[in-house]
Amino acid sequence: MRHPLLVRITHWINAFAMVCMIMSGWGIYNASPLFGFRFPQWATLGGWLGGSIAWHLAVMWLLVGNGLVYGLYGALGGHFRRRLLPLRPREMLADIVAALRLRLAHRAGTYNAVQRATYVGVLLLGILILASGLALWKPVQLHGLAGLLGGYEAARRVHFLAMAGIVGFTLLHLVMVALVPRTLPGMITGGALPEEAP
Amino acid sequence: MKNRPDLRDHGPALRRLDRRMLLRGGLSVGSLTMLTGCNLQDGDVVDKVLWAMSRWNDKVQAALFNPHRLAPEYTESDITNPFPFNAFYPLDDAPEVDAGDYALEVSGLVQDRSPWPLARLRALPQVSQITRHICIEGWSAIGQWGGVPFRHFLERIGADTRARYVGFKCADRYTSSLDMATALHPQTILALDFAGSPLPVANGFPLKLRVPTKLGFKNPKHIAAITVTNDNPGGYWEDQGYNWFSGS
Repeated sequence: MRHPLLVRITHWINAFAMVCMIMSGWGIYNASPLFGFRFPQWATLGGWLGGSIAWHLAVMWLLVGNGLVYGLYGALGGHFRRRLLPLRPREMLADIVAALRLRLAHRAGTYNAVQRATYVGVLLLGILILASGLALWKPVQLHGLAGLLGGYEAARRVHFLAMAGIVGFTLLHLVMVALVPRTLPGMITGGALPEEAP
Repeated sequence: MKNRPDLRDHGPALRRLDRRMLLRGGLSVGSLTMLTGCNLQDGDVVDKVLWAMSRWNDKVQAALFNPHRLAPEYTESDITNPFPFNAFYPLDDAPEVDAGDYALEVSGLVQDRSPWPLARLRALPQVSQITRHICIEGWSAIGQWGGVPFRHFLERIGADTRARYVGFKCADRYTSSLDMATALHPQTILALDFAGSPLPVANGFPLKLRVPTKLGFKNPKHIAAITVTNDNPGGYWEDQGYNWFSGS
């Protein structure tokens, strides 16, 4: 199975939009830090609070539009079902153990149980960061959503933690690509045809 | 060497200039760290795109705004104490307005332009609310404001409520403006009181607009003049790049 063209396009648009959102988000965070630290200025986007917010609220349309295209394609076209399911805890445990012993081979075109769980997890974090972001942007107009997340102040924390989870996923993802570099051209050209099991 | 210019004297002006270069200033950082292949070197183009997106966001927010949706109200035990002070200057520089000399000026598309001393404002019907003030910086605080429903005031001065904007000029030279739909929202009030007593200087004595459906910077303090107009009056922060609508 190759990566479908639509997945490759939305992947790279998402990568660009996500980097913009995270860096501008860090700039916004710095204006009133929730926790006892600030992000370094060089890692932020926008230069000052107004600039960071302008970036954040402009790129959100790209991120959400792109995410909708990918989500509809994945849900309706069977992509999620074929690539990301099933999620079986027993299989996952076995694959985690194998991965930790560096015995988990990368099979081009198919995901192991840990990969499937991680990709599903980051998709759920994507939904959470969108929901909490909307609640922060419109805490009055969408106050039902804000209430669901525990109110405005709780939504700030949820938004931050979802960001941290997505950044953690991204780091892991990049380490994996560095370990198995032949997966990178696959996300550009479509990748190798499936290796048949012997 | 007395006449040698001291940069420190011009700190605030320089910071303002820096802000005015807004999105452009941030762009050098942005374009450096942005993914390769995106040629975003031309700051002016990106600047224009960001401003255009901000105007688009104004329209989306105006469409999302439900004139009947109320901001959540809280109880006295929820009130944040002390309530944070925030302005574009330190508290020491907050304007001292003389209550006796004060009269709110009214102009623009209104029938009655007579000025409003405090006693005249106090004679209008008063309401009170405990709502969450959300700052664009991210923090929030719950406070209690009391005063005249702004819709009532606008009707009283014969304002053309089909006009698009209401503009505010303040004693600290701050300016801001609202869309008419928000100005007419039932929780938008011309506040005279904070926590049950006349507004302290820190909270905008003698008159502040309380708008729980907007971010904090759209709640001007020390209001000296109000105008009703069809030309967007902008505002201190809005002109520098904060999103104009900034609704909650």
